[in-house]
Amino acid sequence: MPIAAAAASPLLAWRDPLYTLAGFAGIVALGVMLFQPVLIGGYLPGLPGRIGRRVHLFTGATLVAAVVIHVGGLWITSPPDMIDALTFTSPTPFSPFGVIAMWAIFAVAVLAAFRRRLGLRPRTWLFAHRLLAIVIVVGSVVHGILIEGTMEMVSKLALCALVLAATVKVMADLWMWRRRARLRDRTDVGASSA
Amino acid sequence: MTAVLLNRRTLLAAGGSVLAASAVPGLLLPARAQNLAPTASMLGGSNNYLAGAPVVERIGKGGFWMSGTVRRAGDGAPLAGQRIQIWAHTIEGREHEPHSHGATLTDKNGAFRLEIPQIIPVFGQPHGHLAYDSGEFKTVFLRPVMGSPKDTSLEAHFVLQPA
Repeated sequence: MPIAAAAASPLLAWRDPLYTLAGFAGIVALGVMLFQPVLIGGYLPGLPGRIGRRVHLFTGATLVAAVVIHVGGLWITSPPDMIDALTFTSPTPFSPFGVIAMWAIFAVAVLAAFRRRLGLRPRTWLFAHRLLAIVIVVGSVVHGILIEGTMEMVSKLALCALVLAATVKVMADLWMWRRRARLRDRTDVGASSA
Repeated sequence: MTAVLLNRRTLLAAGGSVLAASAVPGLLLPARAQNLAPTASMLGGSNNYLAGAPVVERIGKGGFWMSGTVRRAGDGAPLAGQRIQIWAHTIEGREHEPHSHGATLTDKNGAFRLEIPQIIPVFGQPHGHLAYDSGEFKTVFLRPVMGSPKDTSLEAHFVLQPA
């Protein structure tokens, strides 16, 4: 929906294909971001969390690719504007939010790829991933909302609200599932010792 | 309970009124003002700058007015005959393309006005670029942002100090 709405933007008439592609890669990235918490939470019918977690890896890689196309395409379109953004000297208030989210996305990808080699304990990894996920979601949503571009306002705000809501829901669920599991463990131990 | 009042809206409103209050004297006072501070170059102002844009009647087919003033730091005297270069991403071309660039000269009141094609949002903000770089005064690059992408005019004001 947001992509269709943006494709109807009159601004596209004055943008070359590469700039358009770079901009739409950003929209795709925001869309993919909605799937990440949904997949982990197993909220999609017919896609339980067990399979969802595996798909989450692929969509995560897609997210990295979309961000690379977004930043790379914008770099080729106007190198000075992109250098400003990446060095945090941009006049546009949304740039630092996007750049911080980008580094957080890359950090998660690197940690996900090398966590075994790095000897990360599952708990440390989950904690780091959740922390970075919050940075990614908040950074991306602020970045997107502040931009005046091809995205149509209603679909943009709706997508941002969905991404935020899905993230909050999965974080809350994960917390609750763990608490329940811990309580169950405790009652199991209590039962066996009785 | 006072913390409740510090939401985004009130902060914006407060910040806006502070900005407006500090901007108004500079706009309302006639030319002569003592200790008028020079304008600093804006972040990103020089992006996609091309040296030596020619003085033109208008850029492309026009339809959008870029205007402003050029004054001297200190006494605020209007500076006549100063060359101001203007470029932007418009409906007729991208920022870095030579045909998107042009220059104009200030009149005896230090004012300039150049018709350019409609500016459209690019890199997330609808904005224009202006430069003074003729050498007599220190170079200044400005990057004003339009309040709305639908605006059909934009202003930028220079206060220059000797090089």
